[in-house]
Amino acid sequence: MPTVSVKRDLLFQALGRTYTDEEFDELCFEFGLELDEITSEKEIISKEQGNVKAAGASDVVLYKIDVPANRYDLLCLEGLVRGLQVFKERIKAPVYKRVMPDGKIQKLIITEETAKIRPFAVAAVLRNIKFTKDRYDSFIELQEKLHQNICRKRALVAIGTHDLDTLSGPFTYTAKRPSDIKFKPLNKTKEYTACELMNIYKTDNHLKHYLHIIENKPLYPVIYDSNGVVLSMPPIINGDHSRITVNTRNIFIECTGTDFTKAKIVLDIIVTMFSEYCENQFTVEAAEVVFPNGKSHTFPELAYRKEMVRADLINKKVGISLWFVHSFFRETPENLAKLLTRMYLKSEVIGDGNQIEIEIPPTRADIIHACDIVEDAAIAYGYNNIQMTLPKTYTIANQFPLNKLTELLRHDMAAAGFTEALTFALCSQEDIADKLGVDISATKAVHISNPKTAEFQVARTTLLPGLLKTIAANRKMPLPLKLFEISDIVIKDSNTDVGAKNYRHLCAVYYNKNPGFEIIHGLLDRIMQLLDVPPGEDKGGYVIKASEGPAFFPGRCAEIFARGQSVGKLGVLHPDVITKFELTMPCSSLEINVGPFL
Amino acid sequence: MADGQHPARDQHDTFFLRDPAEALQLPMDYVQRVKRTHSQGGYGSQGYKYNWKLDEARKNLLRTHTTSASARALYRLAQKKPFTPVKYFSIDRVFRNETLDATHLAEFHQIEGVVADHGLTLGHLMGVLREFFTKLGITQLRFKPAYNPYTEPSMEVFSYHQGLKKWVEVGNSGVFRPEMLLPMGLPENVSVIAWGLSLERPTMIKYGINNIRELVGHKVNLQMVYDSPLCRLDAEPRPPPTQEAA
Repeated sequence: MPTVSVKRDLLFQALGRTYTDEEFDELCFEFGLELDEITSEKEIISKEQGNVKAAGASDVVLYKIDVPANRYDLLCLEGLVRGLQVFKERIKAPVYKRVMPDGKIQKLIITEETAKIRPFAVAAVLRNIKFTKDRYDSFIELQEKLHQNICRKRALVAIGTHDLDTLSGPFTYTAKRPSDIKFKPLNKTKEYTACELMNIYKTDNHLKHYLHIIENKPLYPVIYDSNGVVLSMPPIINGDHSRITVNTRNIFIECTGTDFTKAKIVLDIIVTMFSEYCENQFTVEAAEVVFPNGKSHTFPELAYRKEMVRADLINKKVGISLWFVHSFFRETPENLAKLLTRMYLKSEVIGDGNQIEIEIPPTRADIIHACDIVEDAAIAYGYNNIQMTLPKTYTIANQFPLNKLTELLRHDMAAAGFTEALTFALCSQEDIADKLGVDISATKAVHISNPKTAEFQVARTTLLPGLLKTIAANRKMPLPLKLFEISDIVIKDSNTDVGAKNYRHLCAVYYNKNPGFEIIHGLLDRIMQLLDVPPGEDKGGYVIKASEGPAFFPGRCAEIFARGQSVGKLGVLHPDVITKFELTMPCSSLEINVGPFL
Repeated sequence: MADGQHPARDQHDTFFLRDPAEALQLPMDYVQRVKRTHSQGGYGSQGYKYNWKLDEARKNLLRTHTTSASARALYRLAQKKPFTPVKYFSIDRVFRNETLDATHLAEFHQIEGVVADHGLTLGHLMGVLREFFTKLGITQLRFKPAYNPYTEPSMEVFSYHQGLKKWVEVGNSGVFRPEMLLPMGLPENVSVIAWGLSLERPTMIKYGINNIRELVGHKVNLQMVYDSPLCRLDAEPRPPPTQEAA
C-alpha cells in the first residue's frame, strides 16, 4: 500500500476545516484510506538516527495516509483533498481540459533508435503555474510515488519535468551510445558522459536501483532540445539545465517508457493534479508527439469516458435489495447517481429511469468494469450501512479426504505419546541431501531460484530434517523426545501441470539414550492397526523387509511395503546424520507416504 | 500464476522456482481468454491494456496466498456443467520472500473461504464474515473499503481488540472480478465472494505471543506444546493478555 505523507495543517487548510485525529481517522476509514501514522520530521529522524541528529528538524505534524494501490489520483495532497471534498459534497469535481497553445505547439519527436530500448513517450505543458515551497515539494513527491507504484520503479515509465523557459523546442527523444551522451546532470557541477554517470551513480543510494534498466544496452535513451541541451537521460536522471525551481512558471513534462498505456495514465495524473495551480485552473496545454513512423498524436489525452450501468444492478450487487419492504434500504436511481458523483464519477439518470450514465474522468484509470463502479457506489453508501444477510446457498459439506485422514492420525499419534511439530517446508540443500548422506541430484527436489539465504534453497523432500532440527533446538528438554509431523513434501514430477507434486508424509522420531528401534517399530504397527492394514503380505497387508540407506545404521533399517507398494522406511539413524544435525544421542525414525492409505 | 491471476505481490516478495522453472501444461483455450481479457479487454471490461506475456504466466512460483488454490478450484468448478453452487474453504501454507523479523516468516498459513452462487451481494459477504468471526469469538466488526487486484468491491475487516484498545485488521475479503471468473467459464450471473486471513496473526494476538517463531518452525519451544490447554474458541474468553502483542 502506498503511503502519502502530508502536513496536517496544510491538509486542513485545503479541506477548509480542522479535524481531531479521531475524526480524520474516521473519514479515512469511510473513504477507504487509512491514517497509518501521525508523526513529524523530527520524530522520523529521531527513530532512524537518534535524538541528536533530530535536533533542529521540523516539528510540523505529518499525517501518513495509506492509499489503495490502484488510486493514482490520491497519491498527493492535491488529489486527496480534491477526492475528499467531492466525497463530502463540498465542491463539484473540477473538469480537466486540454487546450491548444496561443503560439506554436511544443513538439517531441521520437526517433526509431528508441524502439529497442524505451519506445514510448508522451508529453504536455503546464502553463503559468504558481508554486510555493509546499506545492513544489508535493510536485516532486508525486513523481517519486508514481515512479515507485504504477511505473514499477521506473522500469515501465519514467517522468521528467523541465523548466520550459530554459529550453527551446522542438524536442528530440532518441537513443545514443553512452559515450556519445554528455551533459551536466541534476545536482552536479560539471558535465559527464553517460558511462561516467553510470559509474558515479553505482554508489548513489537513490539512483543505483535504476541503473540496471539501461546499463547493459548498446544505446541509452536521451532527450535533447533544439539547441542540443539534454533534458534528461530516462529513466536515470534529468539535466541540470532545465531543472525546476519554486519560481518556474512553465513546465514541460515528458514520460517515457515501455508501457504506452501506463505512460499516458501517469501523464494524465500529473497534469490533472497540478493544473490546479495554473493561471487557467485545470487546463493543460497540449504537446504533440511525433512517432518514428511519422504519425503524430496530441497529448495529454485527458479522456472522459461514459459507461452505462443499470440502477438495479448496483442495488443487487451491493445488497441494497429491491425486494426489501422498507424503502429505506432501496436506493433510487437518483440517489445512486448522487452517490457516484460523490466518488468523482459524475452520474445522471437517463433513459427509462433505470439507467445511470456515468462519466469516468481521466484520473480514474482504475475504473475498467462495472464492478469498479459498484464498489464506488457501495463506498459512498457506506459499507457499514449495508445490511448483513446470509446467502441462501444450500450445500452439503465434505472435508478433503487426505486432510480428514491426517486429522484422525494426528490425534492418535499424540495418544501414542508423540508430540507434533510444525516445521518449515523450505530448507537448505544440505538438509535433505548432504546431511542425510545423499547427493542433491538424487533427491528430485524442487529448487528455488531467488533464495535470500541457504535456508530457502529447496522444498523439502522428507520431513526428517525438520524434526531433527526441532530436537536440536530443544536440546535442554528431558528425554526421550518423541516427535511427529504429518505434512507435505514436494518432489519434481514432469507428469503434472506445474512439474512438481506434493505427497503427504508421516514422520516420527524417537531420540533418547538408546535408539528405541522397537518403539518406532511399535508405532508403525499401531499406525497400520489404525489404518486397518493387517500384517502380512497378502490380503493387502503390510510387511517390513531388511533394507539399507545412507541415513541409516547398517543392519538397522527396513523398508515398509503395504498394499503392494513401498510406502517408506524405518530404522536407526546413522551416527553421521546425528552429528550433522548437531545432535548427541541415538535416534530412530519412521517416514511413510500416507497417500496409498486413503 | 497459470490460473490467470495478477501477481498481487511484487517480484521481490515471491519465491520463483529454478527447477522446475515453468509450468509444463496449461489449458491453452483458457490461456487465450486470459491473455485477451488482460491485454484488450472483454467480458464488459476495458482490460488492463498491457502486453500479457505467456512466458511470465508460465513461471512457476511458490504461492504467496491461498487465493491461487481457490482459483484452481473455481476453474475446475467452471468445467462442470450445469453450474452448482459451492462453499469452499482451505487452511494451508503460503510463502513470501520477505525480510524476516519478529512477526514475519518466509512461510505461514492462510485461511480462505469462498462461496459461489447466483446473486451474491456485498451484504451476503458481510453476513458470512459476521458468522465466521463470531465462531472465532470476534463479534465487534467494521468493514473498510480496500483494494485487491482480483476483487472488486473489496473490504478489510476490522475488529475491536479489548486488550490493545484499538481496531485491528482481522481479515481481507471481496467479490472476485469478472476478468478473473469469466475466462474460467463460470456463468455470467454467478458471483463469487471470498475472504481470507492469516492463521498466525490472530493466534499471536489472542495468546499475546510476540515472536512468530514461537508458533511455527523448528524453534518452537516443546515445553509450550506440552503445557498448552485445549483451544476452545467457544469458551468464555480469557482476560486479555497483559503485554502488547506485536
